[in-house]
Amino acid sequence: MHIPDGFINAGTSLGAAAAAAAGLGVAVRKTSAYLEDRQVPLAGLVAAFVFAVQMLNFPVAGGTSGHLLGGVLAAVLVGPWAGAICVAVVLLVQALFADGGITALGLNVLNMAIIGSFGGYLLFALLRRILPRTSGGLTVAAGVAAGLSVVAAAAAFAIEYAIGGAGGAPIGTVAAAMVGVHTLIGIGEALITGATVGMVLKVRPDLVYGANGLVPEPLLSRQLQTKPAGS
Amino acid sequence: MKSSVKLFVLGGLLVAIALALLVSPFASGNPDGLNKVAIDQGFDDTAEQHALEDGPLAGYGVRGIDNQRASKGLSGLIGVVATFGVGFLLFGALRASRARRPTVDRT
Repeated sequence: MHIPDGFINAGTSLGAAAAAAAGLGVAVRKTSAYLEDRQVPLAGLVAAFVFAVQMLNFPVAGGTSGHLLGGVLAAVLVGPWAGAICVAVVLLVQALFADGGITALGLNVLNMAIIGSFGGYLLFALLRRILPRTSGGLTVAAGVAAGLSVVAAAAAFAIEYAIGGAGGAPIGTVAAAMVGVHTLIGIGEALITGATVGMVLKVRPDLVYGANGLVPEPLLSRQLQTKPAGS
Repeated sequence: MKSSVKLFVLGGLLVAIALALLVSPFASGNPDGLNKVAIDQGFDDTAEQHALEDGPLAGYGVRGIDNQRASKGLSGLIGVVATFGVGFLLFGALRASRARRPTVDRT
C-alpha cells in the first residue's frame, strides 16, 4: 500500500500532503492535550510494533501479498490522534528503507495514518455502539474497523489515481482491482488487529484507549483529569 | 503502576523485535496489493527510483550483509529500535509541551 514516487503526479501529491499535514496538525494538538506520562513509552511501542508487523507480508490470492497497515490498531490502543502520529512516524522511518516515496509521503500519510486512524477509529466507535460492551465485542469492533479501513485506503488510492495517476490505466479497473485485493488483505488486517487488541485487553485492559466504558476506572479518571478546568 | 507500564512496554518491544528480527525474513516476498495492481494494470513502470534507493538500509536489508535473511532481520531490528526512539522522543515532546504551556488554569 506504500505509494512510490511517480504513480501520482506532483499536484495531487502536494494536495494530499496539505490534507495530511492538516490532519497531523489536529492530531498533534489533540495528543498534546490528552497524552499522559505513562502513554509516552506506550505510544512509542505502538509505533515500533506497527513497523515490525508491517514487515510481515502474508500471501493473499494470486501471487500477491499484503501486510498490516496498523492505523486502527494504533488508534484503539493509544487513541486516534496519537495513533495517526504513530503510523506517520512508521512511514517516516520507512523512508530510510526506501519504502514509500518521498514526494508520495503525504499520500501515504493521508491513506494510512489519517484515513486509517481517524476514519478507522470512527468506524470502531460506531461498531462499539451496536456490539456487546464486552472485551469480545471490542475485539470484533477493532478487527472489523481495521479490515474496512484497508478497503478505505485502497479506495482513497483509486481516487488519487483518478485525479493524478500516471500510466493511463483505466480508472474503473484500477479501483475495482485495488478494492478487490484489499478486501482480502483487510481480512488479514482484521485478524491481526483483533488478535493484538484481544491480547492487550487480557494483559492490560487499562492501557487500551478504546476500552472506554469497558474498564471505566482508569480511563475515565484519565479523561476527566486531562480536561482543562472549567470546560 | 508506572513500573508495570515500563514492563509492558519492554515486553512489547521484545515481541516487536522478535517479529522483525526472526519472523520478517520468512515473510512473503510477493508484490503487495498496490504493486500487484500496478503491474497488472501496467503502471508499475511509472514508479521513480527512491531517493534513498542506494541507502544502507534500502529495501529492508543492511548493506554489506550478504545473507539475505540475516540482512532483512537486522534491518528490521534497526527499524524497530529507530521507530521506538523517534516515537518516544516525539510523544515525550508532545507531552512536555502541555506541561510548559502557561495557559493552564491555576486559579
